[in-house]
Amino acid sequence: MARLDAVSKQTAQKIEKLAETVVRSVKGGKNPFVEIPIRSLANVKFNEKRRLIELGSQRQKRYFFNVAMAKKFMQTFLVSDACKELIEGGKTTSIRDLYYITKHTIGDTKQNTFEEQDESDPIIEDLEVALDALREELHLFASRKGSMVGPITIRDTGDTIDLRRMGSGGWAVPSIVEENVIEFVRHEAKYILLIEKDAVWTRFNEDKFWKREKCIILQGGGQPPRGVRRLVQRLHSELKLPVYVLVDNDPWGFYIYSVMKQGSINLAYESMRMAVPDARFVGLSSFDKDKYKLPVNVAIRMDDGDNNRAKQMLAYPWFQAKQWQREIQEMVRSGLKFELEALSRRGISFITEEYLPRKLRDRDWLE
Amino acid sequence: MASRKATAAKGKGRPAARVEKAQLELVQVEPAPARRGGARTTKAAPAAAPRRARARPEPEPELLPAIEPAAEAEEAPEAPKAPRRRATAEQMASKQREISISEFFTKNRHLLGFDNPSKALLTTIKEAVDNSLDACEEAGILPEITIEVRDLGLESTEAEEPAPKRAGGAVPPAPKAELTKGEGRFVVVIEDNGPGIVKAQAPKIFGKLLYGSKFHRLKQSRGQQGIGISAAAMYGQLTTGRPIRVTSRTGKGKPAHFFEIQIDTRKNNPVVTEDRQLDEWHQEHGTRVELEIVANWQAGQRFVNRYVEHTALSNPHATVHYLRPRQQLLTFPRATEELPKEAVEIKPHPHGVELGALMLMAAESKARDVRGFLQSGFSRVSGQVADEIVKRAAFKGRVRPRDLGEDRTLAEKLHRAIGATKIMNPPTNCLSPIGDELMKRGLISFLNVVETEGPEADEQLDLDQATKKKASRKEKAAKAAAPEVPDAPPEEGVEKIKGHNYFIATVTRPPKVYRGNPFQVEVGLAYGGSWPADKPIELFRFANRVPLLFQRGACGTTEAIVKTDWRNYLLSQPKGSLPVGPMALLVHIASVWVPFTSEAKEAVAHYPEIMREIQLAAQECGRKLAAHIRKKQHADYQAQRRGIFELYIQEVAQAIGKITGKSPEPIKREFLRLADRVTEAELAEVDAALEEQSKKLTKRPRRAENEDE
Ligand SMILES: Nc1ncnc2c1ncn2[C@@H]1O[C@H](COP(=O)(O)OP(=O)(O)O)[C@@H](O)[C@H]1O
Ligand SMILES: [Mg+2]
Repeated sequence: MARLDAVSKQTAQKIEKLAETVVRSVKGGKNPFVEIPIRSLANVKFNEKRRLIELGSQRQKRYFFNVAMAKKFMQTFLVSDACKELIEGGKTTSIRDLYYITKHTIGDTKQNTFEEQDESDPIIEDLEVALDALREELHLFASRKGSMVGPITIRDTGDTIDLRRMGSGGWAVPSIVEENVIEFVRHEAKYILLIEKDAVWTRFNEDKFWKREKCIILQGGGQPPRGVRRLVQRLHSELKLPVYVLVDNDPWGFYIYSVMKQGSINLAYESMRMAVPDARFVGLSSFDKDKYKLPVNVAIRMDDGDNNRAKQMLAYPWFQAKQWQREIQEMVRSGLKFELEALSRRGISFITEEYLPRKLRDRDWLE
Repeated sequence: MASRKATAAKGKGRPAARVEKAQLELVQVEPAPARRGGARTTKAAPAAAPRRARARPEPEPELLPAIEPAAEAEEAPEAPKAPRRRATAEQMASKQREISISEFFTKNRHLLGFDNPSKALLTTIKEAVDNSLDACEEAGILPEITIEVRDLGLESTEAEEPAPKRAGGAVPPAPKAELTKGEGRFVVVIEDNGPGIVKAQAPKIFGKLLYGSKFHRLKQSRGQQGIGISAAAMYGQLTTGRPIRVTSRTGKGKPAHFFEIQIDTRKNNPVVTEDRQLDEWHQEHGTRVELEIVANWQAGQRFVNRYVEHTALSNPHATVHYLRPRQQLLTFPRATEELPKEAVEIKPHPHGVELGALMLMAAESKARDVRGFLQSGFSRVSGQVADEIVKRAAFKGRVRPRDLGEDRTLAEKLHRAIGATKIMNPPTNCLSPIGDELMKRGLISFLNVVETEGPEADEQLDLDQATKKKASRKEKAAKAAAPEVPDAPPEEGVEKIKGHNYFIATVTRPPKVYRGNPFQVEVGLAYGGSWPADKPIELFRFANRVPLLFQRGACGTTEAIVKTDWRNYLLSQPKGSLPVGPMALLVHIASVWVPFTSEAKEAVAHYPEIMREIQLAAQECGRKLAAHIRKKQHADYQAQRRGIFELYIQEVAQAIGKITGKSPEPIKREFLRLADRVTEAELAEVDAALEEQSKKLTKRPRRAENEDE
């Protein structure tokens, strides 16, 4: 895999360059620093044209000779060093593993290089943006969750896998789904359905919805991990398949959809590779309770947290479309939220046999 | 008084205002047999009819005369017969007579500082020491004073050590006598190297109440009311039956005299029971007084300790030896060979005189006219000013000073005229402040001595807040065990005392005037060292160099300090309280007439002029403190910073070395070199900023200061 080597080589060189810049500054009598794009709401903007959340141009200099920054500066280079070793050794590991690799006691003090994984995870993200390298290119992955089935054949690190034959559990989506790991061999799918919950996805799989409808079904166990989102993005852009998102009717469900659609604030620098601005929201809509005659006793009362979050969403630039405002306002107005499972009140397979087919037929979705 | 420098100050031109005031005390009690004992009587003086003479006072702290069941104290036994008219003028007249001084004393002992045996111990010592210091100062002698407290309980047991025990072969260890617990008999000895007392004066000084040299004049001194030493002698006599013993010598060629002086408590007259010339005495000149009193050393020693420590602090020109039962001699060596500036006696200022006093002065004046009276009786009254006052008084016809003394309306006119006339402030050479430099040296030697105390003595040095201090002592011990922090670079104002760094700042304000009385305020602080950081500061109050140990809450000094916003000076301060921090704060008020809230001279009255001066001085000290704290924080920060960098450089050099494939050692060296440079450059920068900041702080107009000067 010559390509992998090229990418790895490039990433390793980036790390080396970073270290050499520091050595040069120190020799030149200057306070060494690492320049890191700021990853916070303040430095994130919604690109209307591309319909993506993008990182702004603000950068922060992380100096060594600054009491507040010295430790993070040191940590940045501990992580850099570990990543370079992984890349050169052709190994990939979890961010938790990396935490253990880089953690040790400093000198003869009681201080550790890292006290918690919470300390090393953001350093990894810092390094990603500082080097403009993906986490995968640093040979790191986050926890894995998510599964997929459908009329498609893929190649995963050389193994050809027919996703029609994955039994009840489906194919577990790995953390790294770049072209050098996952290749699409052939398919006859017409669209992609991303389902919020494992349990609902299981219903769809058991009912062979994907076979009937000729679609690929995925689930990400709540907020989908990077692997799932990247895979959806690749399927969408490479195979030109439309993407539908099916989530609970609550603010969290809306948020999952919004991250899939235009990216997240924290990973704004990866929106390009992760987000599908064309993704469609098929449900559960705030108006479905009437359309599909859901009794009030399957509803859950919104709490203060829900209400606050819903109100915040009303202000998001990407939810400014009239139908979205209506959608969110209706939820706030009724004070009720619904889980996907609430549809089972109408029959266990109501969701696969009536609800979703009707939604798609009526083109009853939001974008 | 046989003094070297002192001018004869008795008799002449007496500003009688104060005399009258003090005499009033006596007069007020005069209707003695009154059933409820007069307005001033407290729980202490029920003056019940048949007084038993007690060989020894009962354990209860009340002290009743041990001798002489005063005849005049006996009440008329039977009630008058007439139910309505209770007593005729004649009947009453039969009961009206001179009050005995012993009864006066008994009834008013709380006013004089003899409330209970613990406090009486302190007051006795205080009166004698104040006298010694005053006398030395007045005579221009560097004082060397010995204060000794002997526990007679201890001595008698030791003396009575029975012989038989020693007879039987093996010597059994002598049972160690115990220090007297609670109340008991003690001997207090105070010896000085002062000018001595002439033979003829001694009996009156020690055997007559209200006899002194300092009452009749306006001059800064410790003694003020002239109640002083004879009251202590009276107390001793009343509680133990023993007379005061005095040894004194006025100079090298002169013989030393020894006296035993009793007080005839009926007539307030001295009775000399022994008077002999000594062949030799170890002092060339000086005075030694010995008093046997009932005291409570166990409970009272903490006050005595504090008094002695603080007296040494406020009198850096004095050497004080302090000898206590069962303890090693403690010496506070003098911090300077320089005598305090001599306080000059002044005439009263017209603006400070009250109507009654004005009338009295006028009555006694030898001047022929009011103009002359004003000029001769007061300070700062020029012919022109006198004319202005007289004109303003607008008397009809000729008025002689004598007329003023008799005619209240006339006197009132003059009093008002005085108040309305602008008169130059009184001269301030009557004041003798400690001075900022000597205050500093005093603080240093004070800290030096109190720190050398062993743990046992430490325990005894627990003062007002015994528990509080105990905790802090523990902290001290803990701190002493901890490794020393590397020395901060020497800073101005920082003194290393017994291994601890103290920042010392002192301020002496210019003299000011309240009610025609000149006064001057001084504030000093010692910050850091071994003072506890999480406790309220120690406030040391002084008036005319005398430590004020009681009634802290009632004192104007305390209020002025509490009302100062110490948060401006980087100390924390709970609302309405003293600031919290590792600090001792000394406040000294020097004045010809310190306004105390009561005769016990324990708290200073809340005169706005005085409070303001205290605050201004505190603020000035505070600003110095803030600059110091900031500097220190900054230095600590630098050290900490350097440590952090050094800690991480190792790690960074290792990682960068691995990444770049180079040896980490040279990288590390480069980093360390840069660390020095960066730290230095930044230090200069921060210093500049700090200086700027403290300049601004100094300039920042504070409301209280604005209107000043
Ligand atoms: N130790 C002493 N040495 C010299 N003179 C003394 C001494 N003690 C007392 N005197 C003289 O005796 C006077 C009376 O003292 P005291 O009764 O204490 O009243 P006060 O100190 O208020 O004047 C003093 O004013 C002083 O002149
Ligand atoms: Mg006196």
